[in-house]
Amino acid sequence: MLNTPDLPHQTAVPLAQHRPLGGLHKGYSGHVFHIAAADHSVNLPAAEMERRLIELGFIEGAKVTILHEGLFGRDPIAVRVNGTTVALRRREAMAILVS
Amino acid sequence: MPAPDPYRLALVGPPNCGKTSLFNALTGARQKVGNYAGVTVERKVGLFTTPGARRIELTDLPGTHSLRARSPDEAVTRDVVLGRHPAEPAPQLMLVVVDAVAPRSGLRLAMELVATGLPMIVVLNMIDIARHRKIEIDRAALQEELGVPVVSSTAVRKGGLDALLTTLDETLAEGVPEAGPNLWAPPDAADLRLSHRAADRLIARAVTLPPEHDTLSHRIDKLLLHPVFGLIFLLGLLFVMFQAVFSWAGPVMDLIDTSFTAAADLIRAHVPAGLVQSFLVDAVIGGVGGVVIFLPQIVILFLFILLLEDLGYMARAAFLMDRIMGGAGLHGRAFIPLLSSFACAIPGIMATRVIDNPRDRLTTILVAPLMTCSARIPVYTLIVSAFIPARPVLGIFSLQGLVMFCLYGAGIISALAVSAVAKFLFARGEPSPPFMLDLPDYKIPQPRSVVIGLWTRASAFLKRAGTTIFTMTVVIWGLASFPQPPAGATEPAILYSFAAGIGKLLEPLLSPIGFNWQMAVAIVPAMAAREIAVAGLATVYAVSDGGGEAVLGTLLSAQWSLATALSFLVWFIFAPQCISTLAVIKRETGSGKWMWVTVGYMFALAWVACFLTYHLAVALGWG
Repeated sequence: MLNTPDLPHQTAVPLAQHRPLGGLHKGYSGHVFHIAAADHSVNLPAAEMERRLIELGFIEGAKVTILHEGLFGRDPIAVRVNGTTVALRRREAMAILVS
Repeated sequence: MPAPDPYRLALVGPPNCGKTSLFNALTGARQKVGNYAGVTVERKVGLFTTPGARRIELTDLPGTHSLRARSPDEAVTRDVVLGRHPAEPAPQLMLVVVDAVAPRSGLRLAMELVATGLPMIVVLNMIDIARHRKIEIDRAALQEELGVPVVSSTAVRKGGLDALLTTLDETLAEGVPEAGPNLWAPPDAADLRLSHRAADRLIARAVTLPPEHDTLSHRIDKLLLHPVFGLIFLLGLLFVMFQAVFSWAGPVMDLIDTSFTAAADLIRAHVPAGLVQSFLVDAVIGGVGGVVIFLPQIVILFLFILLLEDLGYMARAAFLMDRIMGGAGLHGRAFIPLLSSFACAIPGIMATRVIDNPRDRLTTILVAPLMTCSARIPVYTLIVSAFIPARPVLGIFSLQGLVMFCLYGAGIISALAVSAVAKFLFARGEPSPPFMLDLPDYKIPQPRSVVIGLWTRASAFLKRAGTTIFTMTVVIWGLASFPQPPAGATEPAILYSFAAGIGKLLEPLLSPIGFNWQMAVAIVPAMAAREIAVAGLATVYAVSDGGGEAVLGTLLSAQWSLATALSFLVWFIFAPQCISTLAVIKRETGSGKWMWVTVGYMFALAWVACFLTYHLAVALGWG
């Protein structure tokens, strides 16, 4: 169940089909395509943001499912990734492109 | 070369991997808890002897996901493991704990630790639960891939540690293994991707997971993380928690009260009236007894906090509260430290280390003392029961309970307001730091760990009652008893004492908020610890009454107006009445500056709020 023989980012899916995880609803299930952390979106340098997301398990090809949402603004979200459940805010999840 | 005695071993593992219960199971009660030099990171060391009669000194290093440390706790683990810690040598052997139920993060850490070259044994902990959930782990494959011994263990079952102890003896029988070269370097994003892929391959080879179906944690979370029901549950839980603190503790508190009263009567019967009797009855029994009586409430509060922590609910509470607290400029992770601050601000402030952004952490530290800590309970209970009638309100609530609830509410609201002001002043328009948090599977707490945790806290409280509080009580008693009144004096003895002098000196500052000099005498030494105010009032009023047996509450209600009593309560919501908290703020923020900021803003807030309360109450005719 774990390994991903052909990684999505090596396939030729047009970029437009990838959506940021932060904009998706509860129940969404897909795979991580790319981590695109940008400076100034959160109070962390992009490179550090990218490392933290990878450490939580958001690595290209990983299966992600949005399990829960908060009450106000449906924020934060709880995401099942790589066998663990992780909580993060939608703003941070915008850096995770999924398809 | 002679064998080391004891061998120095360290437990390393990610948070929530069962490291602490393994530590407790190995070392039992033979633990020493202290701090690493210069930081308030808990240093836990225990001793045990293997079946092969080797003595082991085991250090429980703070949990970490990787050597890329982000918090002071994780930095301690990194520095010790890499041999960079100034005071703590690298261990001779590491026991790397991997949660067999969720092995990924532990195995990644183990792979990272292999690079440090230190000898290690990987311990697959909680193997019984993993087997129960049909998770199969190929120990031989792991051993081959990692190149180090791998054993299974269960901290909770009898004999669950046998394999670990046997392997430990076998390994040490050949002497302490030689450490290899340290090849660890801080990884960049590409390195992290590679190590993740390597961990994926390792797991694919050695671990067989059952198809992911609806686990119990999932099903519970559907309810407890539900946007509406989850919040209602959290509020209900907090309500039950505070209800328990006040109602369950009652019988035990009565018992303590009865025994202290009996002791006082015994002394009065056998020691002649005079200074010695007054010292024993008023200072020792009155002072210390008045504080020890709150032990049951503190134990119950900590019991809830420890249970929720071990269950894995605290992270869920942070998830539910993040958006609400974010409105006040606080981080969701601040919920845990602030909730602990209901017990005591000191562990609360220390728990802010889970917040990795310095500004968020600072804000949380500054507002933590506003949360109603258990040391305020004695003061609140005394004043509320003396001045607020036990009248039912709307049939189901009691007026006293409602006032207590408002006092707690005032603490929470002021903490949120102060942090909102801090955000407005220091970080207007800046994007907030990230909120990323692991929601671990729910776990049944280990009774043994909970008992050890409760014992540590209760004994710390009793130690404080026996040292700081006892000393201060004796000082207040001394100030209130000396100098003795001249022969033939007609006024009460305390009017001639130093205490009256100090109280009168402060009176001009405190009379606008409705305080008399006796109250000033009580709140000055309460700077050492809030609950001393009760002992202080008991001493001041008992002494001025000629050491009578009058119940303090009745005495106060006869001497103070309701406006004064309310003002006194409000003072204890806001005033920075605890030197130990201030000392921890100084240590945790690394400078005296923030400590003085806390002192300044809290005193200002207290004075203004008391002034308003007192004059409003007087205007309402309660003066």
